[in-house]
Amino acid sequence: MNNKFKKQGLLGALIGKKMLMGITGLFLIMFLVVHCAVNALIFANDGGELFNKGAEFMGTNILIRTMEVVLFIGLLAHAFDGIYLERKNRQARSVKYVSHNPKANSTWYSRSMAILGILILMFLIVHLKHFWWLSRFTDHIAHSEATKLSGQETLFEEMKEVFQNPMVVVLYVAAMFSLAYHLMHGFQSAFQTMGWNHPKYTPCVKQAGFWFSIIIPLVFALMPIALYTGIIK
Amino acid sequence: MKFNLKIWRQKNAQSTGKMVDYAIDNIDADMSFLEMMDILNEQLINKGDEPIAYDHDCREGICGMCSMHINGRPHGPMHGTTTCQLYMRNFTDGETIYIEPFRANAFPVIRDLVVDRGAFDRIIQAGGFVSVNTGQVQDANNIPVNKADADLAMDAAACIGCGACVAACKNSSASLFVSAKVSQLALLPQGQIEAKERVLAMVNQMDEEGFGSCTNTGACEAECPKEISISNIARMNREYYKATLL
Repeated sequence: MNNKFKKQGLLGALIGKKMLMGITGLFLIMFLVVHCAVNALIFANDGGELFNKGAEFMGTNILIRTMEVVLFIGLLAHAFDGIYLERKNRQARSVKYVSHNPKANSTWYSRSMAILGILILMFLIVHLKHFWWLSRFTDHIAHSEATKLSGQETLFEEMKEVFQNPMVVVLYVAAMFSLAYHLMHGFQSAFQTMGWNHPKYTPCVKQAGFWFSIIIPLVFALMPIALYTGIIK
Repeated sequence: MKFNLKIWRQKNAQSTGKMVDYAIDNIDADMSFLEMMDILNEQLINKGDEPIAYDHDCREGICGMCSMHINGRPHGPMHGTTTCQLYMRNFTDGETIYIEPFRANAFPVIRDLVVDRGAFDRIIQAGGFVSVNTGQVQDANNIPVNKADADLAMDAAACIGCGACVAACKNSSASLFVSAKVSQLALLPQGQIEAKERVLAMVNQMDEEGFGSCTNTGACEAECPKEISISNIARMNREYYKATLL
């Protein structure tokens, strides 16, 4: 035995590429908390005043804007690394089983992370076009009610408008199901990949992951529903 | 008991195989699965047909030789058992049973149900050992080992290298096997000296052999006849990060 393998480095091995999935996954999970918390300001039901303030802070704070770039890098790394690993994993068995009973030993969503991830990515393209693109690359979105010019809208007004279309509401809610199941496996799987498995703490991580996967997508899903039904005005 | 068997037949590594139907009758419920296979082979030989090639050795669940993917699961439907410990009473009379070889590109089929698991040997050869002379048998407790660590090392060492983890995994990942073999030494003082080189060499060999990566579905743990825990995979990852980053 010698040190010749040290040269290939961490990311050269599949374990290293999995670690990248774990780190970026946990980073995206932290992003979800922030995104969900800021958006949940619409539930103040104050005509979007608090939400617009939050949106203005997120759109103008230099630290947040820097993190936005890091977030994009993290997201792309997670997506491309994930697709690479999925391809590699599929190549590892060219002759399939005639009779196969995977549900006897694993959950469907743990085996469907790639497809769930691709569904989320497709949703993200639509979602970014709806809001992020408008507020960053057009002058359609006003930072606040006070500075609004004619023809401009606040982000809250834009949100209300987008969610008047029932098809959009259905798409958003469906995407949250993909997210929920992706997280249901991904949350605890990230800890395991990072090597953070412990007889005392792993059950807590699994519990936390379970509730996180339900609560965050549920709060997100309630937003288009509440705006469509007019519960939030 | 009576069974309809659908068994993978393949002449050699080069040929493409196919599922072939066999009917078998008068099978005792308390026969083991391999005894049922023996009877089928006797019938085939008496008819002048080629018997079905399959791996087996100790027939008491400790050698890891028997394989077979039975009704969509490695080692069949029972939990924590090898194929040789599977009994015909675990099936219903008249049932159709699918019998296939373990599937993974790293485990090429040699003939019928026999696969070449040499990839596992090469992983062990890469670093799954302690390269010092152990000498005479030591006095007990000469090297103090924490009881909990000794138990974990023993649990990992229970791996018989049968390959069910690879066969069950949707990615054909060998992570459970390799992690058990890394852990059994990483947990003990004797394994510390070569810990870094060991995990680097074994993980590198695992990738070289064409096994997939671990996506933590837990299928390996659920199908392992020795009930090896996936906490070993987390330990292997920790050992690997330590070896590459520190």
